[in-house]
Amino acid sequence: MNAAARTHASAALYRRPWLRAALLLSAPSGWFVLIYLGALFLLFLSALWSVDAFSGKVVHSWTLANFETLIKVPAYRTIALRTIGIAAAVTVTDILLAVPFAFFAARIAPKRLQAALFVAVLIPLWSSYLVRVFAWRLILAKDGILNWFLGNIGLGSLNIGYSNWAMWIVFSYIWLPFMILPVWAAIERVPDSFLEASADLGAHGWRSFRLVLLPLILPGIVAGSIFTFSLTLGDFITPTLVGGAGSTFIGNVVYQEVGISNNVPFAAAFATVPLVVMGIYLLIARRLGAFEAL
Amino acid sequence: MRFAKIDWALAGVLAAMAIGVTACGSSSSTSSSSVPTSIGSGEGQLNLVAWEGYAQPEWVKPFEASTGCQVHAKYAGSSDEMVTLMRQGGGSTYDMVSASGDASLRLISGGNVAAMNVALVPEWKNFIPQLQSPSHNTVNGVHYGISLQWGPNVLLYNSSKVKPAPTSWESIYNPKYKGAVTVPANPIQIADAALYLSKTQPSLGITDPYELTESQLNAAVALLKQQRPLVKKYWTAAADEVELFKNGDAVIGAAWPLQTNNLQAAKVAVNELIPTQGATGWADTWMLSAHAKHPNCAYKWVNWVSTPKVQAEQAISFGETPANTKACPFMEQIKQGSCVKYHANAPSAYFESIKFWKTPVKDCGNGKTDCTDYSVWQKKWTEITA
Repeated sequence: MNAAARTHASAALYRRPWLRAALLLSAPSGWFVLIYLGALFLLFLSALWSVDAFSGKVVHSWTLANFETLIKVPAYRTIALRTIGIAAAVTVTDILLAVPFAFFAARIAPKRLQAALFVAVLIPLWSSYLVRVFAWRLILAKDGILNWFLGNIGLGSLNIGYSNWAMWIVFSYIWLPFMILPVWAAIERVPDSFLEASADLGAHGWRSFRLVLLPLILPGIVAGSIFTFSLTLGDFITPTLVGGAGSTFIGNVVYQEVGISNNVPFAAAFATVPLVVMGIYLLIARRLGAFEAL
Repeated sequence: MRFAKIDWALAGVLAAMAIGVTACGSSSSTSSSSVPTSIGSGEGQLNLVAWEGYAQPEWVKPFEASTGCQVHAKYAGSSDEMVTLMRQGGGSTYDMVSASGDASLRLISGGNVAAMNVALVPEWKNFIPQLQSPSHNTVNGVHYGISLQWGPNVLLYNSSKVKPAPTSWESIYNPKYKGAVTVPANPIQIADAALYLSKTQPSLGITDPYELTESQLNAAVALLKQQRPLVKKYWTAAADEVELFKNGDAVIGAAWPLQTNNLQAAKVAVNELIPTQGATGWADTWMLSAHAKHPNCAYKWVNWVSTPKVQAEQAISFGETPANTKACPFMEQIKQGSCVKYHANAPSAYFESIKFWKTPVKDCGNGKTDCTDYSVWQKKWTEITA
């Protein structure tokens, strides 16, 4: 390309800002459409197929049989409701833990302590997810650290290893940083003068929190809840490792259908359930202004 | 409906097999036409799907050193998983599978495994007669694999916490051990319940725990649903069960002898037994994928694991019985008394006493076709454990 042509091209691009933007964004948006939306589209598509039990091959003819099974067999309903229920419980728990912590860290703690707390929140994320789950398995086991400790202080023992209680504790622990960080950021953004004004007008403590702070940090809480809720909804490792009899999650069924029963279409059909749940959740979150806090 | 389709497919399999029986009845020698007549040089690699403990360095390392075939083993937790793995990627991902009787016929009728030439495995002649051409791996005189080892599913218990020592499978259905029972996460577990019921409730008329009419199946399912609140965890890998017993979360459960060996080696006070009702069990076969990329290494492998010494090593390591009758002296060399302990010289009556895993089909074997097939079992199992 000679100098004149180069000048010409650059002039053409200068005159047409939309062309510049399109060229700049074509690679990332192409990737997004192909890899990300393409995979989602294939997921929905294969949910409408079925598997020939004799050969184990996918039959490419349209059927709603997979969704019919999902609705008709009570076991799958139980599993879906359990998954959503525990995801909700984990989210609520993390909100209750994160708000006071973030309030203390953002408004009360001195600068030096603030930095230390920030590192403390992030440190668990440096180690592998699996290591942390296995650690909890050892803590909660019948002859584990928790019961050893409770026994030593004379409180008897808890039999919560391999149960839904264990899953609730482990999920709440694992996803807590993802709740603390957006809430922290939201609390930091509230100007001191707002709380001072509220106090001057006679609203103390709880009332200031409820009427002034909470509405202002709600988008942060909702943003954090998107993480905790969706991450729990899609997990299958924690239920496998610390869950007991009757701790099957949607993810476990998907994993079994693909890896053990060789029924990818049914797995795809069940995988659309958390997608739909998350879709509804995100719509509500948007109404609450969560995306402004991300 | 998904399940109705499976019913038809299985019926199709049976019909095809029935036709095969009549068609090939007169010409059983056709078997050797498509199998290799000699073993070529190794391809340098061998990919296995195996039960946990079936590819121990103890006998894999010397095999790799002498043949140059690098062994990559993928452990599977259930027969269903084995069938799925062998069908993945067009069936060429894995060369061999250590299939139990409830997977082998599914693989044969699905066309996933190839016929094998037993003449290339000299030790085959020394196998116990029941495992030379058993119905779970030999169809119309065609051998689809080489038998390996066999054994019972045992009742495992913590001997310091379960007193007096149990004698019956009743213990894993007993509320006394609520929250401390563990059983395999595997639909074939229904057969264990059926075996127990066949002895404790003779009025149900269960003669074979794998051939259950709808009412017999419902009785077994009811028992398992009753057991569900007692279960701490349905184990998927042998290592899971070992950890449950180590940490005191489980004190009694259904197990393989492998877990007993591992727990005793870790100095955990456990014992195993075959309860009075008898036991279900497995008879495993090394089967060759129909699309195997490394068939020579595969033949070298079955030859290696059939030798009396390796048979003895695996028998003691896992706690099962070798197919090769010559293994006994080698077992005694490794561990005094192990030949008797693992029944390597037991009379054939012991073999007959174990109800070996097989795939439940509609055909009850008595001319009737009102039995429940495996797809129904899987569905019921989801109901029980969800």
